[in-house]
Amino acid sequence: MEDRPSRLAPRALLWHHRYATLVAACVVLLIAAGGMVTSTGSGLSVPDWPTTYGWNMFTFPMSKWVGGIRYEHTHRLIASTVGFLTIILAVWTWRVEPRRWVRWLGAACLGAVILQGVLGGITVLFFLPPAVSIGHAGLAQIFFCLTVTMAVVTSPRWRHPESPVDDRTLRTLATITTAVVYIQILLGATMRHTNSGLSIPDFPLAFGHLLPPVWNAHIAIHFAHRVGAAVVTILVVATAGHVWYHHRCRRGLIRTVTALAGLVAVQIALGGLVVLTGKAPVINTAHVVNGALVLGTSLVLTLRTWRAAGLEPAAVRVPRPAANPPLGAEARP
Amino acid sequence: MSRIYRALAPVALAAAIAACGGNDASKSAVPASPKAAPGATKVDPSTAGTITGKVVVQGTLPENAAINTSSDPACGSGLHAETYVVDKGGLKNVFVYIKDGLGNKYIFDTPTEPVKIDQKGCHYTPHVVGVRTTQPLEIINSDNTLHNVHGMPKDNPEFNQGQPVAGMKNDFTFAAPEVLIPLKCDVHSWMNAYVGVVDHPYFAVTGDGGTFELRGVPPGTYTVEAVHEKLGRVSLPVTLGAKDSKELTFSFKAQ
Repeated sequence: MEDRPSRLAPRALLWHHRYATLVAACVVLLIAAGGMVTSTGSGLSVPDWPTTYGWNMFTFPMSKWVGGIRYEHTHRLIASTVGFLTIILAVWTWRVEPRRWVRWLGAACLGAVILQGVLGGITVLFFLPPAVSIGHAGLAQIFFCLTVTMAVVTSPRWRHPESPVDDRTLRTLATITTAVVYIQILLGATMRHTNSGLSIPDFPLAFGHLLPPVWNAHIAIHFAHRVGAAVVTILVVATAGHVWYHHRCRRGLIRTVTALAGLVAVQIALGGLVVLTGKAPVINTAHVVNGALVLGTSLVLTLRTWRAAGLEPAAVRVPRPAANPPLGAEARP
Repeated sequence: MSRIYRALAPVALAAAIAACGGNDASKSAVPASPKAAPGATKVDPSTAGTITGKVVVQGTLPENAAINTSSDPACGSGLHAETYVVDKGGLKNVFVYIKDGLGNKYIFDTPTEPVKIDQKGCHYTPHVVGVRTTQPLEIINSDNTLHNVHGMPKDNPEFNQGQPVAGMKNDFTFAAPEVLIPLKCDVHSWMNAYVGVVDHPYFAVTGDGGTFELRGVPPGTYTVEAVHEKLGRVSLPVTLGAKDSKELTFSFKAQ
């Protein structure tokens, strides 16, 4: 299947981009709902799947949304909605998108959300085995990254870059940062699903020391997540410093790395609060959601650094939409 | 057409997984015959004795937390955790049983009538029960709200059974001895109960005054263990002669 000319006017493609952005935003909401399920220990409050206490999930009476069911059932409904939105995104992309790889990106989004739904079902039916639950959490972030990528590469700025960033060092830094943030999220998911979140009960020290004086598997997982946070912070500071020093005139890049640095600072504070509040569900969930935002922001930066590196062949760029001519331009010779 | 099949494949996979999921409580435990050596006999009642006793706590126990039931109006109010119930200086809800010493010399009939736990007011009654291997444990939903019965054994299969309608009952059986198996309701996170599963009749749950009684015990030397959901386990040795009677006092330390 080859790249093909777009069937739609640029304005229609702009709506497609806005829709892709909406889907990515809905995935953040879905991650928040999933975070509340695990933070409140409600993962098995609905024992069956895909039904809900024998009901079709869409006809389950609201009067029965009590206790933990409220979180688990809401998560399932939001997931179904996101699944539906993703079907539309994939079909819409397939029909209008001139670039072959973006069309397949839409298909990958759909595949990821289907697999994610199945993993969610499996983890309920088999009583939350850690490996499956961690896989569910990890795939959620992959799915989020796919939708973020879709939103970025369908944007007018991507299609018609003024002057793409061509900085190999930044490209390397940003790519490593994104990969490490993802690994850090996987460590967090492992900590969450192995009940290691309070294995080190104090913060910022560990049992009053820099290094834990006692070790077991739970403490090791917890401490690895803290070390991961330090590594992410160093990488983000290095990336932001590079951009602030070498690309201070690029407002878009400056905004992105500033947001990234701010999100990491918030994330560290939330991580500390998770421990100090004994895993208060709202704080715990905010930590999960903010972690996804760190990953998404780092990914946006990474994609932009790859824009000039041949990720997008120039031949398939969509024509630039006609700008409104300045007043009186027609009269000029 | 093949495209349609490809598109439906994930749905079919999901349905297949749902169909063969390990969530059917009625199949959750495979019945097995209690172990008994060839030549094993029934206990001779004319020589059997009794072990009685009390469970006490040294130190000050924390107060049972008040439970916020606002997430489900059907649950009412005024509930407290039942972790520590002290009565006349004794600790209630402790499972006491003969852990070692019976060997496989005896044959015991397994009762067929179920041991019952009721869910009423979003609260398990009783909080701790004992059941024999393969004996049914019947769990009833007397509430006008939904419960799920989530058993979390280590040596028996895990189960999670929904009870969305008042009056629902489910029977559960356990093939292997296991002390204690936690039960919880994930809908109402404060609801928990404990089941002690043993393959002989010598067990009890401490009641008023923290006392217990094990009757019809054949002569022999035994290890008797008391197990509390939070305070852990305490074991004591005892030697019982024919028609003998012994008294034990288990002492837990408040944590």
